Amino acid sequence: MKLIFERGAEGRGLSLLPENDVPAYEIQSPKRAAAPRLPQVSETELSRHYTELEKQCFGVNDGFYPLGSCTMKYNPKVDEDAAALKGFTGIHPLQPEDTVQGCREVTDTLERYLCEITGMDAITLQPAAGAHGEFTGLLTIKAYHHAKNDPGRTKIIVPDSAHGTNPASAAMAGFQVVSIDSDENGCVDLDALRAAVGEDTAGLMLTNPNTVGLFDPNIAEITGIVHQAGGLCYYDGANLNAIAGVARPGDMGFDVVHLNLHKSFAAPHGGGGPGAGPVGCKEFLKEYLPKHMKAFYGNFLVAVKSLTYLLMLGREGVPEIGKNAVLNANYMKKKLSAAYDMAYDHTCMHEFVMTLSKLKKETGVSALDVAKGMIDHGIHPPTMYFPLIVDEALMIEPTETEPREVLDHACEVLLELAKKAETDPEYLHGAPHDRPIGRPDEVAAARKPVLRYSFGEK
Amino acid sequence: MTFPEELKYTASHEWVKMTGDGEALIGITDFAQDALGDIVFINLPEEGDEVTAGEAFADVESVKAVSDVFSPVTAKVVEVNTELQDAPEKINEDPYGSWMIRVTDITDTEEFLTAAQYQEIAKEEE
Repeated sequence: MKLIFERGAEGRGLSLLPENDVPAYEIQSPKRAAAPRLPQVSETELSRHYTELEKQCFGVNDGFYPLGSCTMKYNPKVDEDAAALKGFTGIHPLQPEDTVQGCREVTDTLERYLCEITGMDAITLQPAAGAHGEFTGLLTIKAYHHAKNDPGRTKIIVPDSAHGTNPASAAMAGFQVVSIDSDENGCVDLDALRAAVGEDTAGLMLTNPNTVGLFDPNIAEITGIVHQAGGLCYYDGANLNAIAGVARPGDMGFDVVHLNLHKSFAAPHGGGGPGAGPVGCKEFLKEYLPKHMKAFYGNFLVAVKSLTYLLMLGREGVPEIGKNAVLNANYMKKKLSAAYDMAYDHTCMHEFVMTLSKLKKETGVSALDVAKGMIDHGIHPPTMYFPLIVDEALMIEPTETEPREVLDHACEVLLELAKKAETDPEYLHGAPHDRPIGRPDEVAAARKPVLRYSFGEK
Repeated sequence: MTFPEELKYTASHEWVKMTGDGEALIGITDFAQDALGDIVFINLPEEGDEVTAGEAFADVESVKAVSDVFSPVTAKVVEVNTELQDAPEKINEDPYGSWMIRVTDITDTEEFLTAAQYQEIAKEEE
């Protein structure tokens, strides 16, 4: 399709932007010498441009989106209605606090609900996303150890199945990362953990259920080992969707958690946000929560959406999230095990990981080929090649908002693709066949990225 | 896939070429580049850095994953093959010609494998 710069003509414009209704003011600061080269298009052209872009995209509104670990659930439209209310959109973060009491009630109420769900005592809504939350939580842990006159605690333990953001956030917060191997069930190896902890342990970062979709049965022992060594336990809320309202990180022995409102609490995500990654902690850490991780109150309207979601569900509704997410995942896992190898045999939580290692050896068809094949059937591919500890991995998370027919159809498609791998592997190597974009050249994109429009310059 | 006789290997898929003057060249094996796939980025140490046997000294990023490269020796880096930073594909094209670092003052080494021994390991991992 044409880029916006390739549309329009000199002097063409549109009247979508409102007239200036305040006195013009010349800003007394250095200005650019030439006006920026903005596209000059009519409203028709602009409208067609965005419609064409939209047709090339795929979202939860288009179809099934089982992207493991991302919790691509349906985002109720009532959340958007609430977030669009004038009282929420027409405020300014610098206006006096006594004029935004309604907004403060939103944040206070949401904080209280999230504390209840996670078993924490205090929450900050400031962080803008999951990794930002991790960073915030780690700074809290660091401040605690320093306040206890124990700055020698410089190491954060992370299992090898962790989300890549965990070690990255730990390194950013100035910690050294110690990676420990998972056991044969994909859970924390207790002996490896015991060997890793010591006087230099600042903490452990963990998701539970873990990255392969299993609830770690030793969780109390794990957090106990870390506490005994003087470290703190950090809960990555990426997988909270499996347990919200049923089990609480605070009861498992975690001291700090972050949540992804844009995953578990139904604010839209993908496409760069905005998201929200609130961080909760136990009472003894409250004073160490950083005060300024983001301007003002964080992404406030995301908080409005999540509070709406929680109010619609109610206390009885929240546990239904995880129960149905777990049911849907196990339903698909069972059906798919007729043709696919599962990385782990246990009953899974909200997601499961298949390994296509054998299929690749026997037919040459890889996890990538099967994922691309799903696109032809109108299904967004699952997460691929993650976690790294599983070879040729496809990680499927159906979420709780899909009805049985959708799960059945996805299973039929995947079973058919497994057959196709035997009979016509070439077809899958070439998939997708009828989409605007087939297989982007990822290597060229990484090695020789084109990062800006060139306006015909060399 | 090739396993040149004159090189020494590690189980973590690096090769070492002793150049005879107390120095050595270090890179990753043909098996390693094949398993990684198209390499798109490489992060190398700096001249003068110390590397430690068994510890990561560089990382390579392919379309699939980012992987550490472990040093087969404890030594000092005297030269870095900066050419690879602009053309990481050279590692795929010529893994044994694309040395990453040249080191000197070797004080310790990993347990080296011969070409035949390493080939066995590669076969098992395939």
